[in-house]
Amino acid sequence: MPNKKIVLHFSKNLVKEPIVYKLIKEYNLSFNILKAKILPDEEGIMVMELSGDEKDYKKGIEYLKRSGVSTQPLSKDIGRDEDKCIHCGACVVMCPTQALSVDRKTMKVIFESEKCIACELCIEPCPTKAMRLHF
Amino acid sequence: MSKTIKEINEKIKKGAAVVVTAEEMIDIVKASGRKKAAERVDVVTTGTFAPMCSSGVFLNFGHTKPKIKMQKVWLNEIEACAGLAAVDVYLGATQMPWNDPLNEVHPGKFTYGGGHLIEDLVAGKSVRLKAVSYGTDCYPRKEAEASIRLSDINEAVMCNPRNVYQNYNCAVNLSGKTLYTYMGTLKPELGNANYCSAGQLSPLLNDPEYRTIGMGTRIFLGGARGYVVWNGTQHSPCAPRNSKGVPEVPAGTLMVMGDLKEMTQYWVRGASMAGYGATLILGIGIPIPVLDESIAENCGVSDADISCPIVDYSDDYPNATGKVLGSVSYSELKKGSIEIRGKTVPTASLSSYSRALEIANLLKEWITRGEFLIGEPQRPTPGTDSGIKFKSLKTK
Ligand code: SF4
Ligand code: SF4
Repeated sequence: MPNKKIVLHFSKNLVKEPIVYKLIKEYNLSFNILKAKILPDEEGIMVMELSGDEKDYKKGIEYLKRSGVSTQPLSKDIGRDEDKCIHCGACVVMCPTQALSVDRKTMKVIFESEKCIACELCIEPCPTKAMRLHF
Repeated sequence: MSKTIKEINEKIKKGAAVVVTAEEMIDIVKASGRKKAAERVDVVTTGTFAPMCSSGVFLNFGHTKPKIKMQKVWLNEIEACAGLAAVDVYLGATQMPWNDPLNEVHPGKFTYGGGHLIEDLVAGKSVRLKAVSYGTDCYPRKEAEASIRLSDINEAVMCNPRNVYQNYNCAVNLSGKTLYTYMGTLKPELGNANYCSAGQLSPLLNDPEYRTIGMGTRIFLGGARGYVVWNGTQHSPCAPRNSKGVPEVPAGTLMVMGDLKEMTQYWVRGASMAGYGATLILGIGIPIPVLDESIAENCGVSDADISCPIVDYSDDYPNATGKVLGSVSYSELKKGSIEIRGKTVPTASLSSYSRALEIANLLKEWITRGEFLIGEPQRPTPGTDSGIKFKSLKTK
């Protein structure tokens, strides 16, 4: 199986569970954490690269779903339509990785795509629909 | 020392007026004091670019052959209010298409509403008009359909009953679930604090007692020249104020009007607030003639001098309890996080400060070049001595 990159979303109550540990131990998958962000009392987000047997991978993903962790392949790309963005800032507080931030001098909103983990949390709250998903 | 609007306009015509933005005025007043600032500066420009729900346009389509007295009208499936003469309608910014799923699956997306339609019209796009009627002797036709563009129709006049709010709430969520509001998405347990004001650049915060702004004041509206035509609805000048006369809660509002055909898409934007609805993001700028020292001082107001109430939108706002959690200044809000009940809460703005500044600079350019004169108010905006009480609706 080729290495697969996935994004895991943990809800608040799951953040303290040893889910990833089990995934490796019981499903024979090796992994590489690319990005992880678990805020103490909010949701956790982790981007990892998994490798192992295809069957184990499927079972592992099913296990994650059963545990209440939602997963999403990292094949998507988030972009900002510069003509649409009005630099309000509504998206900034949604972003778990600081890919969106405010330049406090100009009060313009900066988008750094290399920090983006395609969690999509900014898409809905953007009033002008400037944050967009490209497949 | 005092000046009149007439004198200032003479200077503008000669290209001799000194015009600065409200941001620049802060340092001028700080450095040289109100007296010198009033002597030196003739006009201060302000700006705001934010969602303004109470907006809409009057449209007159022209008559069909044979004629129809349009009783119900839809534009791109969005119903416009047709309870006027035969081919006049009013299209509101928050109106949704009749077949939109709204909040059936919560939170609804509200992808396309009245605000987007207004933006499409401004952008010169063709929109689909459908009208039905009951037929009369003078207006026999019962149905009409057409594709129209802004340039095809007789009039398109933006008339917004309530814009440019003087100050606004900072919205938070104390509950355990995400809230979808007109103040944006509010994450549970004080996940974020959303505010919506240009603060020190905001028009009515620079002239807190409406000494220069009233019916007839010429303004920047959606990229064109527009006018203040009345005080806005829910105008509440008697709201609590600080020692400098700046309201500490949402207070004054303005009704504004302008020709939609002259506006530009950059300043007229449809917006979707997830789970709440559609609206219009609109750019407005108002020039303030510096007639005397006290007006100069008012225009020197900075974010640190303006505070707004922090309101819980899970209970206190929807249930109108009137409670606030505290107050916070715009300079604190603009730093990116504030403390509420011992928790550090990230802040977000719905109003675009950078665009508000662009408006103030544009208006400054127009006036400096002598292309925009100050309008003399014909009716003062009701002020702190008006005794206006903010009413609520009693249900039975
Ligand atoms: S919420 Fe949308 S419009 Fe506002 S700054 Fe973010 S991307 Fe731009
Ligand atoms: S998708 Fe949006 S919220 Fe998520 S990381 Fe990327 S920019 Fe941030």
